[in-house]
Amino acid sequence: MEDKNILELERRFQEKIDNDIKIEPNDWMPDDYRQTLIRQISQHAHSEIVGMLPEGNWITRAPNLRRKAVLLAKVQDEAGHGLYLYSAAETLGADREETIDDLHSGKAKYSSIFNYPTLSWADMGAIGWLVDGAAIMNQVPLCRCSYGPYARAMVRVCKEESFHQRQGFEIIAHLAQGTPAQKEMAQDALNRFWWPALMMFGPNDAESKHTVQSMNWKIKRSTNDELRQLFVDVTVPQAEMIGLTIPDKDLKLNKETGHYETGEINWAEFWEVVKGNGPCNKERVDARRKAKEDGLWVREAASAFAEKRKNK
Amino acid sequence: MSKKEWPLWEVFIRSKQGLNHKHVGSLRAADSTMAIENARDVYTRRSEGISIWVIESNNVFANDSSESDALFEPADSKIYRHPTFYDVPDGISHM
Ligand SMILES: [Fe+2]
Ligand SMILES: [Fe+2]
Repeated sequence: MEDKNILELERRFQEKIDNDIKIEPNDWMPDDYRQTLIRQISQHAHSEIVGMLPEGNWITRAPNLRRKAVLLAKVQDEAGHGLYLYSAAETLGADREETIDDLHSGKAKYSSIFNYPTLSWADMGAIGWLVDGAAIMNQVPLCRCSYGPYARAMVRVCKEESFHQRQGFEIIAHLAQGTPAQKEMAQDALNRFWWPALMMFGPNDAESKHTVQSMNWKIKRSTNDELRQLFVDVTVPQAEMIGLTIPDKDLKLNKETGHYETGEINWAEFWEVVKGNGPCNKERVDARRKAKEDGLWVREAASAFAEKRKNK
Repeated sequence: MSKKEWPLWEVFIRSKQGLNHKHVGSLRAADSTMAIENARDVYTRRSEGISIWVIESNNVFANDSSESDALFEPADSKIYRHPTFYDVPDGISHM
């Protein structure tokens, strides 16, 4: 009886998904669907939050006030993205404190791109252009994700992201048209961020173990390789336009398919960074932990103040 | 006390005069003042609102979603509540 019930619930659930009816927090859902979403949404939230660090590194050293105001607004948006996403994860029953503790203990992952250092101002350009550009490719299809709160968060996020990419492109295009030294800075940033940006889409489809189920549940709407290809196809001409060279000697346009073909991605490097051995993994998690510890007294004071007011 | 999490608040925003407040999401804050200030920063960075309501999430009560069919069924059978139910003869206008 019990089992038959579950089967019937599962059937009705999948029927809704197949008919593009959104799933909302109080609706019945299979436990695996819930767990998959909690994992994906919290990883996404962590990526937004940790993603503030490499750019935060340059706020005080922005070359002028305009650039500084823009970068500050961009990084503030990323904090907002993290908060929308933590809230979305909470609607599934995830505990916010625990979710954040999992990031700090190293149990939870975040996008590996943020474990690369930002060595020059040109990196602010490369990040906005490539990293936010790749993030947009990933996030646009998520606006149609089957889980309502996640899809709605993504709609807000995507609206804000387009300025992120433009401000980055503006920085790098400006440098690329500057003095030879500035152009070299821009090229160097592209050299360092190109491959990690391609890795942001995750392993090849053949290696990606969650893809099939996530596509059936419409948590994922396009595969890693499809999105990566889309990104390469739009980005290569942009680089050419501003006179920069994609650091891939095997890159070529396939005239028949109309798509660019890239050289082999260094997956060994990708997995090393995912495992925690990237150039900045430790620094990033330490910075998050320190922020939480240093802010403790502020949170305690706010709680005490709220308590006092309530008892008045 | 430090372990105790701040309560969750649901945030409602009026985007412009003349429209109703609409649910936009939730956030955590120690009290209502902080919830409103945080809602300003999280949900209205691009002038999305002119008025904010916050309400502690545990004060929101919802119907049981597994029984929504039964809950909403009475309205389904009353098609005469819609103007399209009625025949209006040709030649009659302004109705
Ligand atoms: Fe973001
Ligand atoms: Fe962004």
